[in-house]
Amino acid sequence: MRRAFIRTLVDLAEDDERILLLTGDLGYTVVEPFAERFPARFFNVGVAEQNMLGLATGLAESGFIPFVYSMTTFIVLRAYEFIRNGPVAHGLPVRIVGVGGGFEYASAGFTHFGVDDVGVMRVQPGLTIVAPADHEQAASALRATWRQEGPIYYRLGKDDVSTVPGLNGRFDPQRPQTLADGHELLILAMGAIARQAEEAVKQLAAAGHSVGLIVVDTVSPPPLERLRHALASVPVAMTVEAHYLVGGLGSLVSEVVAERGLPCRVVRCGVATMPVGRTGSEAYMAAQHGLSTEGLVASALRALNGPAEAGHYDS
Amino acid sequence: MRSACRLRSLSVGAQEAGHDVAATKYHGGGHEIIPSHPMNKNVVARGRSSVTDRDPATSLPALAKQIRLAILHGSKRANVGHIGSALSVTDILAALYGQVLRVPAPDDPQRDRFILSKGHAALALYAALRARDWIDDETLAGYCRDHTFAGVHPDHHLPGIDFSTGSLGQGLSFGAGAALAAKLSGADRRVYVLLSDAECNEGSVWESVMFAAQHRLSNLVAIVDVNGQQALDHTHRVLDLSPLESRWSAFGWQTHVVDGHDLEQLTATLTCDAASAAPHVVVARTVFGKGVSFMEGQIKWHYMSMNDDEYQLALEQVDR
Repeated sequence: MRRAFIRTLVDLAEDDERILLLTGDLGYTVVEPFAERFPARFFNVGVAEQNMLGLATGLAESGFIPFVYSMTTFIVLRAYEFIRNGPVAHGLPVRIVGVGGGFEYASAGFTHFGVDDVGVMRVQPGLTIVAPADHEQAASALRATWRQEGPIYYRLGKDDVSTVPGLNGRFDPQRPQTLADGHELLILAMGAIARQAEEAVKQLAAAGHSVGLIVVDTVSPPPLERLRHALASVPVAMTVEAHYLVGGLGSLVSEVVAERGLPCRVVRCGVATMPVGRTGSEAYMAAQHGLSTEGLVASALRALNGPAEAGHYDS
Repeated sequence: MRSACRLRSLSVGAQEAGHDVAATKYHGGGHEIIPSHPMNKNVVARGRSSVTDRDPATSLPALAKQIRLAILHGSKRANVGHIGSALSVTDILAALYGQVLRVPAPDDPQRDRFILSKGHAALALYAALRARDWIDDETLAGYCRDHTFAGVHPDHHLPGIDFSTGSLGQGLSFGAGAALAAKLSGADRRVYVLLSDAECNEGSVWESVMFAAQHRLSNLVAIVDVNGQQALDHTHRVLDLSPLESRWSAFGWQTHVVDGHDLEQLTATLTCDAASAAPHVVVARTVFGKGVSFMEGQIKWHYMSMNDDEYQLALEQVDR
């Protein structure tokens, strides 16, 4: 996603000189196409995320459209108060690009896990959050949103090869992408983990279940009416995200269900415990937290067949 | 050196392309950002139009007195503190708003930018904005009242406030961004950021200090209000910042040390050569609570508000 994103940004920057790219000394073999094409519009600001967000605020106030690039944890969490008091408070078009949602930097350890970024960003009013599911969608999401007013957070993955079957790069900020229809269970997925969700839906269908799948790519502002409509027609919804259970897609879907009074049970699949200690590959970490295809299928079958299990807060 | 050349090369390119990106005003009404308009390119030659130009009777000392009185009035009316911090920057603001800043109108895209990074001195800033007629008496009198814009810390919804501040350690990064924007656009805008000395405790300040030096943002002027005090104690007893000027110069800034209450020295220094190769820091030696004898150098006047007797005495001392 990150390379597709930067390639697209280069194209856009050819036609609009307000676009700048700032990086917090990250993006080796990723940001070079922009840096080489527009050396005067590229700034490695050093390992200094707070200043990077402040710079972007000052640049945007003067009419530029700065993209700031780092890993999700560093750019969101280290710079969070600058995001809040800068682009959010001033309504400025700063584009915050965070790479590594979920366990993409798995072996790098806890400091590099993007498992809380959406939760903290979602509480900020006026901050658009876009979480593409694959590299094709990352490119189309950038093209569809970069000119809009106000700040945007793009939550990207590293994978520039895999795609989510059936998505074909479609993106519409007002409408989440429906990849399968079903009346027994609706799975809603955010980010690159949508690929595992799609595979799980296939396996569930092969086993005779009618399971729908929606990729929620614009998390804020949420596509409320579309979500309400989809959730109103199923008895159980299962959210899938490489993110803590609190604050992300599971919370969003629960809010919609509760506020709209929908007769739909919500099962949240995500990171339920603090992922410190034992480490391994992305697949290993995902599996440990029930986010492998097998884990998702098992959760779906429990949701389909069994009574309501204990919730996150019961443990 | 490479950075400076890079900045120059883009500014030429931008002008040739018939755009001044900096003239593009962010538009809140539509769904998209309005593209830059070639008409915005014309940069009006700007002199230093100021309060004192418009009304010769308003000398800089008179403006400083006007600001001090407004601080006392506003603080007493609202029963809100931060008086000492506001009084310590009063002469700096008088120099800036009376003479230094080139701001034809608060929404002019080509205006110099000013950022009160030590936002808790906002009352002094409101008084300066009132002197420029950018806010009215009602706004100033509304300080800390319900349903008004003038709170303890400045909010950009108020005319003349370029950036909202209040959390220390953020303003210099906004200012470095604004200064970089001016350089990229080939504009002669200057950016002034007023920090407190204790604000230099924040690591983020030094991130911005390093960036500005690396990119030779000579159009950026940081002013540090060195009153030697912070909320709970004297700065040297909390995190000793001395020698402050050597710290900034070690980071590559051109350092100027001034008496922060000497208006002539302030105006001369704040209009220093923007063509130099380095950003400028003006280390302004000030007295916390300047002008009110019983507040000067007293920690308690960071947060305390005045009783009636103190208020009367303060007024007499400032107004004499």
